[in-house]
Amino acid sequence: MAGFDKVVASYAEAMAGLTDNMTVIAGGFGLCGIAENLISEIKRKGTKGLTLVSNNCGVDDFGLGVLLPNRQIKKIIASYVGENAEFERQMMAGELEVELTPQGTLAEKMRAGGAGIPAFFTATGVGTPVAEGKEVRSFNGRDYILEEAIVGDFAIVKAWKADRYGNLVFRKTARNFNPLAATAGKITVVEVEEIVEVGELDPDQIHTPGIYVNRVIQGSFEKRIEQRTTRPADPLIAKGA
Amino acid sequence: MALSREQIAQRVAQELKDGYYVNLGIGIPTLVANFIPDDIEVMLQSENGLLGMGQFPTEDEIDADLINAGKQTVTMAAGASIFDSAESFAMIRGGHVDLTVLGAFEVDVNGNIASYMIPGKLIKGMGGAMDLVAGADNIIVTMTHASKHGVSKLLSNCTLPLTGKGCIKKVLTDLAFIEIRDGKFHLLERAPGVSVEEIIKLTDGELVVSGEIAEMKL
Repeated sequence: MAGFDKVVASYAEAMAGLTDNMTVIAGGFGLCGIAENLISEIKRKGTKGLTLVSNNCGVDDFGLGVLLPNRQIKKIIASYVGENAEFERQMMAGELEVELTPQGTLAEKMRAGGAGIPAFFTATGVGTPVAEGKEVRSFNGRDYILEEAIVGDFAIVKAWKADRYGNLVFRKTARNFNPLAATAGKITVVEVEEIVEVGELDPDQIHTPGIYVNRVIQGSFEKRIEQRTTRPADPLIAKGA
Repeated sequence: MALSREQIAQRVAQELKDGYYVNLGIGIPTLVANFIPDDIEVMLQSENGLLGMGQFPTEDEIDADLINAGKQTVTMAAGASIFDSAESFAMIRGGHVDLTVLGAFEVDVNGNIASYMIPGKLIKGMGGAMDLVAGADNIIVTMTHASKHGVSKLLSNCTLPLTGKGCIKKVLTDLAFIEIRDGKFHLLERAPGVSVEEIIKLTDGELVVSGEIAEMKL
């Protein structure tokens, strides 16, 4: 009896059931807080025709970008893309469908999808190309457009810690879209840096309750940095003062 | 003389008020953080999920899990908080951010802004810009007044696809500080050494110049 134990032993098991033409919601912002090893597993499986829902699409050789060379992505719903040459080539050649979605609308689409809300009105995008074909309604004298929620066949999530029941804690800005993605997957798979025993996480400090999570796996992460910006060290601190 | 990027940021910083929560876009707006007056407290919001963004880290402090919306490594200021993307945009869409500063390709006399897409060229996306312009009441757009070829970016009607409709009230360019109201541009200040005539020449949309126009103080 597994009970609430969500821990799986292998990445193959973690992504079992992912088949061609499914929709996958991915957490992460740029390369921060991405499910590195789950993405690698999708690449290894060779699943094709995927619709990806993610704020960005990685870079040429890291993050979701690694799914591009073998043409595994049919469509991407994202707010900011094109940090990689192969993405640009496929988009310009019409091989990859891109649905640009404002970042806040994207987050809300995931939140609504996970919360059983089929659609919502927002002022974001009114009068812009984003509004094309969408219902407009006025509330208190202001126009809003109707945006539909998103639910994924799978959600791939990166958290810092999980317990065996799938309760999650995120770390710093690696949280970003991850808690939202976690709620919006029919099957939500989470990879973490550390799995702890049930009862070790303070219930008051849990960001995502385990009810949203189906599978948990512990991985090791490269955590590549996109823009390494620094300031000079304080000379006093450098001297150990 | 037209303002440098730093000088534009410096003038924008004069619009900051004590206790403001501020979102700074990528490019010139980011530089505003370098000119926050010492005698006020301002908290910077980064839409990837950080309120209370600090300075860049030292080499030893770098943390791949701590970045800003420009994907740069940053630190957290005292009193910072971390949240998910839906919470972040609840702050933005709910009108809780006191000032938003962002760049643009074009603005027009009706407060329309185009900033994310040039058809036929690579389209990278709007990121959080559409949410920011729709959600904030107090927005300052920073940009050069005209292109390198002398084509005005302050227009009667934006020619590029819009980021937001009727949402911009203030524009700070390298030549002028301009308010948008009643379907017209109104000249508030001019860059030091820049004449009103030069500004008129490089402003395509209707520009109202009333009385003596003061030079910016930097």
